[in-house]
Amino acid sequence: MSAPETVLYDAPGPRAKRRALIGAVVVTAGILALLYVAATRLHEQGQFSMDLWGPLINPGDENFQAVWRLLLKGLQATLTAAVLAILLSLVVGTALGTARMMLGRWSRVPLVGLIELLRGLPVVITIYFASRVMPEVGLNVGFLPGQNGLWFLVIGLMLYNSVIIAEILRAGVASLPRGQGEAARAIGMTEGQVMRTVLLPQAFRTMLPALISQLVVVLKDTSLAAVLGIYIELLRRGNIIALNLDNPIQVLFVVALMFIAMNYGLSRLAVWTERRLSRSKTGAKPELAEAESTAAAGA
Amino acid sequence: MEGVTGNLDLFWSGYLTSLGICLWGMVGSLILGTIIASFRVSPVPPLRVFGTAYVTIVRNSPLTVVLFLFAFGLPEIGINRSYYFFGVTALIIYTSAFVCEAVRSGINSVSAGQAEAGRSIGLTFTQSLGQVVLPQAFRTSVPPIGSVIIAMFKNSAVVGAFGVGGDLFSVGANLTSAQGYAAFPVLTGVAIGYLCITIPAGLLLGVIERKVAIAR
Repeated sequence: MSAPETVLYDAPGPRAKRRALIGAVVVTAGILALLYVAATRLHEQGQFSMDLWGPLINPGDENFQAVWRLLLKGLQATLTAAVLAILLSLVVGTALGTARMMLGRWSRVPLVGLIELLRGLPVVITIYFASRVMPEVGLNVGFLPGQNGLWFLVIGLMLYNSVIIAEILRAGVASLPRGQGEAARAIGMTEGQVMRTVLLPQAFRTMLPALISQLVVVLKDTSLAAVLGIYIELLRRGNIIALNLDNPIQVLFVVALMFIAMNYGLSRLAVWTERRLSRSKTGAKPELAEAESTAAAGA
Repeated sequence: MEGVTGNLDLFWSGYLTSLGICLWGMVGSLILGTIIASFRVSPVPPLRVFGTAYVTIVRNSPLTVVLFLFAFGLPEIGINRSYYFFGVTALIIYTSAFVCEAVRSGINSVSAGQAEAGRSIGLTFTQSLGQVVLPQAFRTSVPPIGSVIIAMFKNSAVVGAFGVGGDLFSVGANLTSAQGYAAFPVLTGVAIGYLCITIPAGLLLGVIERKVAIAR
């Protein structure tokens, strides 16, 4: 363990070292004891039996192939929904954000209202709204490829995330030096040209880490479809498998691991991109990514 | 429209149930999140490892997966409680990881001189954390903690959708599915209900932010 980056305590002397060691031993023992209790509990209830784990980890098991084929199908469904949702959100979000920045003080009022409204709504409500209201008012998604449920999920996610992306974009433009826009106007560019060729490209660059963090949120939110039961993605698929094999703990454990691995990878990518951008000399310094990663609590 | 106007009492009780979930979640996740944050900055390495592992695991799994593990996994090992209990617990476990990160970012923002000054007059780790650093850290953490809590209010709808029963989401789902009212007005009512939680919370947060803001 390397030295912690903290000023809360001194470089420890002999007594503090001894105390920290005692603390470490006590805490380790406590954690081990907790793990032991949990493990015994699981063992007593037969949760470690190969009957339950076999279909997931034993290639010789009769269900192994089918289970993993279904899980990968679920993973594919999750990724499809996430990618479609983030791409659509990017397009709509850029349009919304640009419109908000370019409209006059009064003409943007309805747009600001809409953005604030959607920001305050739970995503699960926007998805449910899409899945129940769209068919009712005759908005048909049947012409699009794939199941209806996929598009309800994607549209519901898009309603929320495009607004978030619009706000990230606005923060990105606001973080640019004023001189960028002024210089562009000084050489006679129209407002549209300034936005399109000068401000937006730089803002996108600055907000890349925040965008990747938002992708983590979208990926997590695709699993809301499992709660609503509108689309069979990874979690729902896992739940169906668990119902058939009667091993919810084991299957959900594997599903959780898959989500954690994907999201952890994406989070690392966001941090890495941020470091890379802040090292480079050109362009604005990305300062918003850190703030956005806290805001990623939105799920 | 009658789906809404005829069932205002249902909506009101749903609103109160949702508010209850939010309040339990807020209290629980603030306490647990602060404890985990103090683990993450403690001088005892195993505690730091535990805190980091907790945050990494919980932050990267969807709330729904945590919910499913609680509601379908725990009964398998003989722990049977109501969905309400499982839902609120899962919400607390999930949100506390984000609260932890918000508090920790606050702790990191307290200038080194403060803790050094505390130490130089002989305060121990617990004293300098509890009396010098945390009070300042909380002030800096108010905006991020606030946005985490507002996000949690919104996540309470997921707990509702999972089937706690009686909350705003269930009221909407029940009226549209079982009783066959038109979805648009009913779900608009549900949406307004949630906005009646998140918008006042946002305004309140703004007021608190101005109150505790410190120039550093």
